[in-house]
Amino acid sequence: MKRSKTAFWIFVIPSLVIYVTFMLVPLVASLGLSFFEWTGYGAKKFVGFSNYIKLFTEEPNNQRLGNALKNNAYFFVITMLIQNVLALVLAVFLQKGLRGFKTLRTIFFAPCTVSVIIVGFLWTLIYNPIWGPLNNILAGIGLEKLQMAWLGNKATALPAIAVANAWQYSGIPMMLFVAGLNAIPNELYEACAVDGGNEWHKFRHVTIPSIKSVILIVSTMTFVGNFSSFEIIYAMEGTLAGPNYATDVMGTLFYRTAFGARTGSPADMGLGATIAAVMSVVIGVGVLFWLRLYIKQDDTKGS
Amino acid sequence: MARKKISLSNIIITTFLLVYSAYVIYPLFLMVMTSLKPTMEIMKNPLALPTKPIFTGFIRIFRDANFLLYLKNSVFVTVLALTFSLTSSIFLSYALARYDGKTVNRLYFLFLAGMIIPIRLGVLFLNVMLNALGMLDSLFSLVLIYTAMSIPFSMYILTGYFRMIPREMDEAAFIDGCSSFQMIPKMIVPLLKPAIATVAIYNFLPIWNDVYFPLIFIFDSSKKTFMQYVTLFFGQYQTDWNLVFAALTFATLVSLGFYAIGSKQLVQGLTAGALKG
Repeated sequence: MKRSKTAFWIFVIPSLVIYVTFMLVPLVASLGLSFFEWTGYGAKKFVGFSNYIKLFTEEPNNQRLGNALKNNAYFFVITMLIQNVLALVLAVFLQKGLRGFKTLRTIFFAPCTVSVIIVGFLWTLIYNPIWGPLNNILAGIGLEKLQMAWLGNKATALPAIAVANAWQYSGIPMMLFVAGLNAIPNELYEACAVDGGNEWHKFRHVTIPSIKSVILIVSTMTFVGNFSSFEIIYAMEGTLAGPNYATDVMGTLFYRTAFGARTGSPADMGLGATIAAVMSVVIGVGVLFWLRLYIKQDDTKGS
Repeated sequence: MARKKISLSNIIITTFLLVYSAYVIYPLFLMVMTSLKPTMEIMKNPLALPTKPIFTGFIRIFRDANFLLYLKNSVFVTVLALTFSLTSSIFLSYALARYDGKTVNRLYFLFLAGMIIPIRLGVLFLNVMLNALGMLDSLFSLVLIYTAMSIPFSMYILTGYFRMIPREMDEAAFIDGCSSFQMIPKMIVPLLKPAIATVAIYNFLPIWNDVYFPLIFIFDSSKKTFMQYVTLFFGQYQTDWNLVFAALTFATLVSLGFYAIGSKQLVQGLTAGALKG
């Protein structure tokens, strides 16, 4: 049957206009802004690469950038280790399908639906050095020595935030792992058992290889999520990402630089755009990787 | 033969999962309990259950005129953004599922990419653009941003559903003299109900819970959103813990209540969005 081309475009155009105007154009045009000097109001002046030179070679910008990239990488590694490993363990255990496990799964996912900002506030109070539950619980089990100002200590601040973040988000990778595990045919496990494999062998030689693509998707999502994070740091450490920038990530550095006037320092939107450009490059690698996985799946499953 | 061994491992697994669920629930439980305690008692006995539960915090936030105003603003933004993104995505997905060719494929992947690109990377240009259009500080600008943000996922789910509805069906409708414009609302939308529910529920949370865009674009105190209010509230009343916890508890209960209603669709959407099949 012949379908009209005009109708096709009439159907596509409303979405396309909104998507392009409010998402694609801003993404690309924001990169362009990194070649201008301007404070947000008034005229923009074309300055070529001078914002990049300012960001990469001038103090304190270059130190802040290096620090934020390092913190983001650290945040990513901790999250992979605690959140995603935990999510995999939970998924494998839930797979036993004992009575009540469905309810547990619903509970584990629940924090994902709460606003990041609320989770941040809640954990700020949990870590409160004076009356927060964490220090109280430590005292209760005889570990007074471990009591400290978790968010005020340079060494513990970022891991403490990562723990709060993992408390909230473990449910998402867990659900993805559950879906991946459900798709593994039972025969594979039976074959492994016939060959004399124990539970560990099954996990190592059947489960892990079968969910490789889920592991890749989860890692990419974590990567993109971490390198664009802002709210959790904002809620727990403010825009200054203290103590002494120990929790400063690209998202908070960008916000302070571009919209600094609201936090007391002068705004530099041009430099902010340059930081956003660096973020776009880093995240772009993650996005391309994710899309490639997708297109590959599309080909193999032939939809 | 291995029965005993299996039940031992089941005991270990169940214990682990129960301990973990206690860890997940405890912060939320603590928050609710604290919201029912007077501030003095919170300071003295932070971890104890309330000696006598009080509801003053909740009564005070409900008497706060701003609270209701901001709740209304958030409902306005969320409902409009969901309506716009759903309506436009239904037509978009119909077209992407029913037409073939290179252009169609390219458009599909163009929209798909939006599922993982964080829209906030473009916030500086959005700022310039909204400023030029005189749309800074307007709830409607939030609606448009959230609509754009919701289209990729909606397109992904709905296109998948459209592909499952046989093409012969709309061809039969054409023969009966229906145009595509009549057919989509009349025939297709009823068939799509489960997919529409998934899309609406999945897109609701990031919009409702967002503070990033309001933080950057909304200054007028009459236009703030509900989560923005919670943020300000936390900073403003840092010593009035009973009040703060009442606000946090209420905001959390809204999200959790919503989750209780739509958890099935939410999980379906999540797993479909990240995995195929």
